[in-house]
Amino acid sequence: MSLPKVRVPYLLLFPGFAFLFTFFILPIVNLAQTSTQTPIAGGDTGEYEQTFAFSNYIQAFVDNKEQFARSFVFATFSTLLALLIAYPLAYAIAFKSGKFKNILLVLVVAPFFTSFLLRTIAWKQILGEEGFVVPGLRSLHIISQQTTLTSTSFAVVAGMTYNFLPFMTLPLYASLERIDPRTIEAAGDLYANGITAFRRVTMPLSLPGVVAGTLLTFIPAAGDYVNAAILGSPTSKMVGNVIESRYFKIVDYPTAAALSFTLMATILVLVTLYIRKVGTEELV
Amino acid sequence: MASEAINARGDLRLTRITKSYGDFTAVDDLTLTIPKGSFFALLGPSGCGKTTTLRMVAGLEEPTVGSIHLGETDITTTRPYQRPINTVFQNYALFPHLTIFENIAFGLRRRGIKDVNEQVEKVLNLVELPHLAQRKPTQLSGGQQQRIALARAIVNRPALLLLDEPLGALDLKLRRQMQIELKWIQREVGLTFVHVTHDQEEAMTMADTIAVMNEGKIEQMGTPADLYDNPETAFVANFLGQSNLIKGRIDGTDGENLVVDLYGQKISMPKKRSHAIDSSLYAGIRPEKFRITLVGTPVRGNTLTGGRIEDVSYIGVSTQYVVAMPWGQEVMVFEQNDDGVPPFDKGDEVVISWEPNFTFGLRGDEDIEAGTEVNPEELEGE
Repeated sequence: MSLPKVRVPYLLLFPGFAFLFTFFILPIVNLAQTSTQTPIAGGDTGEYEQTFAFSNYIQAFVDNKEQFARSFVFATFSTLLALLIAYPLAYAIAFKSGKFKNILLVLVVAPFFTSFLLRTIAWKQILGEEGFVVPGLRSLHIISQQTTLTSTSFAVVAGMTYNFLPFMTLPLYASLERIDPRTIEAAGDLYANGITAFRRVTMPLSLPGVVAGTLLTFIPAAGDYVNAAILGSPTSKMVGNVIESRYFKIVDYPTAAALSFTLMATILVLVTLYIRKVGTEELV
Repeated sequence: MASEAINARGDLRLTRITKSYGDFTAVDDLTLTIPKGSFFALLGPSGCGKTTTLRMVAGLEEPTVGSIHLGETDITTTRPYQRPINTVFQNYALFPHLTIFENIAFGLRRRGIKDVNEQVEKVLNLVELPHLAQRKPTQLSGGQQQRIALARAIVNRPALLLLDEPLGALDLKLRRQMQIELKWIQREVGLTFVHVTHDQEEAMTMADTIAVMNEGKIEQMGTPADLYDNPETAFVANFLGQSNLIKGRIDGTDGENLVVDLYGQKISMPKKRSHAIDSSLYAGIRPEKFRITLVGTPVRGNTLTGGRIEDVSYIGVSTQYVVAMPWGQEVMVFEQNDDGVPPFDKGDEVVISWEPNFTFGLRGDEDIEAGTEVNPEELEGE
């Protein structure tokens, strides 16, 4: 009952392909079809017919360009913040943690033991009037007595930074950990002080981790709506919130689908440009 | 301070250096002078403290006690990047993201030298790899990476070049070739090389002076010939090549010679080659210094009778005999195969003899196994 050798790889790939086909290709095709539909004249709410109305895309974008822009601005900010926080953290875990390395790595992943929603709601508490952040900042006169932090863009960016931090930390750690400490010693031996050694050796060698981490943070952040829904206000809505309300509340499927495709395409273009620019293929 | 240290030149002096890690003393009260321009080897088994010593000279570790001077400048606490010292690391530690050219130019650029082309090309020619300038380190073979690591260090013309087991990762044939090449390059560039190794053959091939280290201390220092011909301790006698150490007692003197009793047989040896502190001593004779003759053949020099051939191994250039002596000890004898087939068979009754001047004397309280249990080929790094 031995199988011809050629068929084995295909057999092994089959479950994966079947899964992708059923749960990715088919829904995408369905979504694409939906995006160009228009309401049936005289039909009920939520009844649409295919009319190849590509104008849906323009209409959807024009109506929501503010939310679109906000999505990418918020995602950029939280990605940069996460990078600033995660790099020193990953560096410390990779090079300075000694026997605590594994414990620290578990702590990085520990938030995943709680639900994403719950953690985001917790931030509402942290940044709320009863939390310690607002009264603390007020007593230090960093913010005025009237200023609140909940329902602000700040809260949304803070929540996203927090939620996506592990996705930034882990790839950074992985690439820093791979660096042979002797190459850093060699930089010092070759007249590079600490800062130069970091800039010329450690940083370039960790670049694959930076690229992976920023992508893993930026992509879900750009499409996120939970943080904006829980921590934001109507004036800090992101495109994800629009898609959500069009789909589930207004039952305007074509607009939601068109927005989804536009978001995907934009992310794809940005990511391609980013990878071209940073040039990861140069790095082994 | 920084600019002063970077221009320091002269002999390297380690004064009473100790390095401890908790309860463990890696380097124990070490004092050492390495003259400018020499090819100096620190030789010892794994864990003897030689790499720690090297790292303290490089500035990668700080001594617990003691001072390090380069010429007149105290560099004990100088940061590595402010020392005029470069290292060829054990596994080369080339920068994987930079081309070979940029790897070599790294040190020059850090010192603010703008026009690096000429110097980089010159050193690439010296190591005979000019065609690899635009490659990445991972595209190079081990031997090529080794040469680039060397080029990256010597392009800076440091006061001191440190080599940490530089040939450890190469196969035997390439290692032999690189030994000769390194020696040639050292003469060509005229820099001080400090070479750390556990491979006694490597140290003997390349170095002018060898310091044999054991347990954080220097056992003996001298030229390769000094160390081999007249080891002062059992560790050196066993770690550098092989030795036959036979227990004896000093019976008296005869002019410049000592008369030594080895299990009832009298031999003589030069007084100045004895390191014994009392009348008990071990007489040391290298296996190739022994001659074997059948009982009844006339011999000259020191003789020991009553031997019987236990084992014969023919290894081409020489034949190695194990000879059982009447007091139960087995001695090693290497005979050159310059006169045809091996003339002795297992079981032959023989006399062994040697020139008295080849004998060396060790203290009678030495551990004669010291240095033998270490198989340098099996231990990579520390």
